[in-house]
Order: sequence, then C-alpha cells, then structure tokens
Amino acid sequence: MTDVATDYRQMWADLGLNLSMHDALLEAVGAMYGSTFMTQKNRPEGMGYLDFVMSEVHGLRIKELDDFRKSGGKVVGTYCLYVPEELIRAAGAWSVGICAGAEWAYDEVEQILPRNTCALIKSMMGFKLGKVCPYLEEADLLVGETTCDGKKKAYEELGKMQNLHVMELPQMKREKDVAFWRSELVDLIAKLEDLTGNTITAESLATAIKEVNDKRRALQRIAAARAADPAPISGLDALLAVQVAFYDDVPRFTASMNALADELEKRVADGVGVAPKGAPRILITGTPMALPNWKLHEIVEKAGGVVVGEEMCTGSRYYEKLVAEEATTVDDMLDDIASKYLDINCACFTPNTGRIDDVIRMARDLGADGVIDYALSFCGTYQIESAGVAKAVQAADMPVLRIETDYSAEDVGQLSTRVEAFLEML
Amino acid sequence: MRVLGLDIGSRTVDAVWVEDGRIIEAVIADSGFDPASVAREFVTRGGFDTLVATGYGRHVARESFGGEVVTEIKAYATGAGALFPTAGSVLDIGGQDTKVIALAPGGRFTDFEMNDKCAAGTGKFLEVMARALGYSLEEMAAAALAAEKSVAITSMCTVFAESEVVGLAHRGEDRASISRGLHESIAKRTMTSLARIGASGPLVFAGGVANNAAMVELVRAGFSGEVIVPDAAQTLGAYGAALCATVAAE
Repeated sequence: MTDVATDYRQMWADLGLNLSMHDALLEAVGAMYGSTFMTQKNRPEGMGYLDFVMSEVHGLRIKELDDFRKSGGKVVGTYCLYVPEELIRAAGAWSVGICAGAEWAYDEVEQILPRNTCALIKSMMGFKLGKVCPYLEEADLLVGETTCDGKKKAYEELGKMQNLHVMELPQMKREKDVAFWRSELVDLIAKLEDLTGNTITAESLATAIKEVNDKRRALQRIAAARAADPAPISGLDALLAVQVAFYDDVPRFTASMNALADELEKRVADGVGVAPKGAPRILITGTPMALPNWKLHEIVEKAGGVVVGEEMCTGSRYYEKLVAEEATTVDDMLDDIASKYLDINCACFTPNTGRIDDVIRMARDLGADGVIDYALSFCGTYQIESAGVAKAVQAADMPVLRIETDYSAEDVGQLSTRVEAFLEML
Repeated sequence: MRVLGLDIGSRTVDAVWVEDGRIIEAVIADSGFDPASVAREFVTRGGFDTLVATGYGRHVARESFGGEVVTEIKAYATGAGALFPTAGSVLDIGGQDTKVIALAPGGRFTDFEMNDKCAAGTGKFLEVMARALGYSLEEMAAAALAAEKSVAITSMCTVFAESEVVGLAHRGEDRASISRGLHESIAKRTMTSLARIGASGPLVFAGGVANNAAMVELVRAGFSGEVIVPDAAQTLGAYGAALCATVAAE
C-alpha cells in the first residue's frame, strides 16, 4: 500500500499539484463521503464499485489517465454534457468531465471573477487556480461551451491558463441552429484529429456511439428501477453513479452499472428498498450537481425522504436520449449526434418549455410526491425558469419547493428546515 | 397525556405544557448563548409524558432529551389551526426570522415561505432601531402608533437602515415619524411575502413581534382579510409542537 501511495504523491507532484492543499481537499472529500454515503442503510452491493472509485478518485483513475497519455493517448476535459463524448472517443482520446462541485480557492477566484458568480463557475476556476485537480492537469485539451454568460466569460480566463477550445452552443433550436451546431462539431473534429493525430472514421465513430449509448442504457435501467416503491437505491447513490459516468472508464463503468441495475431489478421484484415504503418521494429538477456536490440530496434523504429522480445534467439529461445507431457514414452520424445533443433541455436555450414537460412526466412516471426546483445562486437562466417550473408543477396538482443555494455549508440548517417542512406537508 | 412542547430559538426558548389540547403552563426564557441548557431546565422540571421540539435547536434537543421533532412551519400551522379552525394563513415575525404559511383545514398547510437569511423585517431589526432612536421596544411601537406621518426608510439591510435612521434623526426628522416608517417597511415586506403564497384570511399573526401594537395595526391595514392575534402569540410554536405529538403515553 505504501508503494502505491508513494506513486500517487509523485504522480501528483509531477502534475504540478499543490500537494498540501490537495491533501486537504482529499481529506475533506473523504470525510464527506464517509458521513454522507457510508452511513446509509441497506445499500445495494453494486455500489461497492462506486465506493471503490471514490476511494481512488484522485488515485487509480489518474494513474490510468497518466499511463494512457504516456503511451501516446490524449485526454480531453469537458465541462458540459453538450460536448459529445462520442467524437472524443472516436478520435481515440478519453473524455473526462471536470465540472466542479466544491468551494475551493475562492479568494483567488474572486480576484478574477466577480464574487456574485455561480458556485459551479467559481469552483471550476478555483480547482484550476488552487492547483488541486489532477484531472485538469492531465487534460491535453479542455473543451468549453458558450452555455451561459458566466461560463462564456470565465473560459476567457481559463483559456489563458490551459489549452482550451470553446464551442459555440446555439441559443435556440431552429433548423439553422442545428446546422450551425453541426458545423461546430465539424470544427471540434478537426481540433481532435489535430490533437491525437488520428482520423475519425465511420467505424471509430460508430463504435464510440455504441459505447456511449451502452453507458446511457445502463443508467436508464437504474433510473427506471427507481420508479418502484420502496425505492431500491437512494438518490445519493444514483446521483453518484451519474457523476462518475462523466469521467470513468467507459466499458468498465457500463459493465458495473449493468450489474448494479441487475441487482436493483431483483430488489424491485422482491420489494426490497432503502427507505421504508411510504417515505416521501421527491423529484429534484434544476442546475447540475457536479462531484462532490451532494448537499441537497443528503438533506432530503437524512430528513426521511427518498430522491427518486433528477431532471438535470447530472441526471436524466445525461442518459435519457440515445444517439441513433443506424447511420453508416460520418456525415449521417454527425447529423444524428447534432440533433440528439441539441435535444437536451437546458435552461441556456430559449424557449425551453421541453424541460417543464420533462419535469411533469418524470414526476408522474417516478411516482413523486413532490418536486424540488433547485437553482444555484446567480444562475440567471435556472432562477428565471424556476417560477415557470413551479407554476406548472402546481397546476399538475403536485407540491413544489423552490430552493436557491450554493456549495457552502452555511445554509444547511435553513435548507433542512424548509425541506423537512416540505416533507411534513406532503 | 401531557406533552411538553419546546420551541428552541436563537432568541428565546419557549416551553408549553399541554394536556388534551389545553395549555397548562407556558414559559418564555432568553436563549442566552446555550439554548440547550435552557431547554434542559424545562425538561428536568418534568410534568410530561412525552416531548416535541421545534425551532432551530430541535435536533439537538431530540439528541439530548429524546422525543419528537417538527419544523416551526408545522408547529405554527398546527397551533393556529387548533385555536382558529377557520384560519387561512399564519404570519410569524420572530426574533431573527419571519415566516408565512398558507393553511388548509385540519391544521395542515399547503405552502410556506421563510426569510431566515437576513435580519431585515424581523424583531432584531426593531431592536436595533429602537436602540438607535433611544426608545424601548414598547416606546417605539407606541410612538409609531401615535405618529401622524411617517418617514420612508430606503435601506433593506438592518445595519444600513440603522445608519439611515441615525442620519435622519440628526437632520431633525421626528423620532415618531421615523418609527412609523420603520414599521411600515416591515409591513410592506410582510405583505409581499403573504401575496407570494396567496395567503387568505383569517390571518393568524403570531411570534414575538405580534405583541407590537403598531405592527398589528399596519398588518391589519395592509391585509385584506381578518387578522387575529392570539393571546399566546409568542408561544404558538411551542403549543403547536406539543399538539403534534404522535407517540402514545407509555
């Protein structure tokens, strides 16, 4: 064990991490994981894989990336699920989601970005400025996107520090926008081919499409199992699965999630659950929850509720829709990829009524007793959509709680009171 | 079955002994810096079969003394619903937070809003302003009630509003008018909160600030519906918590 630990420290040092700060981060996340996840009762055995992944979150996976790069492979870091993992994999590179979910180095961040910036963006910058993220440092190329104003401008700063390609995500979904988005995919391909020295072929792209679809299918099975009462898996565990999906080894992750899904389906057949039958069932919708942001799920589930679904990027938007698998040419596959990705209902698009339909449908399909609309402070798009979501949920005869928060522990008490009262109300 | 309802807040700890829905005894004590020990004193007095805690310190209370917990929202809704079965909503302006609750029959509630991120519009706001104006809380309320005009206060923040008040006083604005302006500023925020949850009357106005005659007058003037101030306005939370006991006596 000592040898492995020494290997990691040298690896982290070679990546240029601030070792003492990094130690502090790992310790904090480890402690959080213990108190948040390991205290849960009756967890599916299949979660053992994710527990292992988390215990090695900056260890084994980084070593895999490191070895891959040493053998000539390239790693591409992404911040948003609009960036197609299929294209990255088809070029022979590995895609790693590095969107961030913890407050870090805010003093330094606030010298570059306004204090009133959303936590997700500040965290992304903080992990870079604080030199505590090995995934970031392993990335040969970062890909950003013009999803929102905050990210758009923050990438200008990040781009000064690391090799960064920004894709322009359209703001609307008309035919001309899909065509434009497709042209952005073409540009991304050129960038990836230049980075890796590989050419994306119909074969490599078809394989990548299938692999990523298989990953989504496994997550779809897990999501479907959560419709059962009692729920066979906690919201915390299901959320973690999607968070890890963004960066884990694809075939291994898919196989492990399918094994987990098998176990969940058996639990459903046997009526085995993690919360008592009749525990209040909650659907959470809103801004994504990047690793290690587990705050709201923990509050809901420690208060006796069970989260049965997430209408968010670290949730249904990640796995709900597949890329069509019938195409045989790169051109046709690009059409399919462009249209599937643009079909994701994020608030950065206008109009975004599809999201409201998704929320109502998911609430019904998952047997939710109530909906929590979650928006990060200073997130203009999701905060503005919140009122419309709440109104639609109430019109569908379901109670809704609107939460606005950040990554800090400061308001956990107040949020707990609201969530507990909401559960008392159901 | 006798139940002890405890409302453990950051300003006061309220204890209400309840039997068959009736208040046997109600006590209010300052929280000091150790609300748990104040609560402990009430608990060791005994005289109850089971206890229910609410308020900011409810979870610590459960860990220390056992019993059940309910949020302040449920506690106030239950208490208001029991005393006034036709009530449509609850307004609680406390020492450090305010809440509005939309009620349904049977002591249930359908919506709520809390302001607990900021002292503006709470009892704390009034305390700070009274001190700045050289009044006791009662004197300030009386002055506001009697004032013929009011001076608008523009700052939302308690700290900045205090500066504004001092500035106005130095400029020769009359203290009573300033007091009325301060109370109006709280009333305005309160009306906005009530509108957001679609609060309907009768409105039960509880919490410590319901003892303030000027606030009651302004809330009555601003709300379209009957406004009821219960006798035990401040201890409505502890009373409601007691009513929430589900555990049968051993």
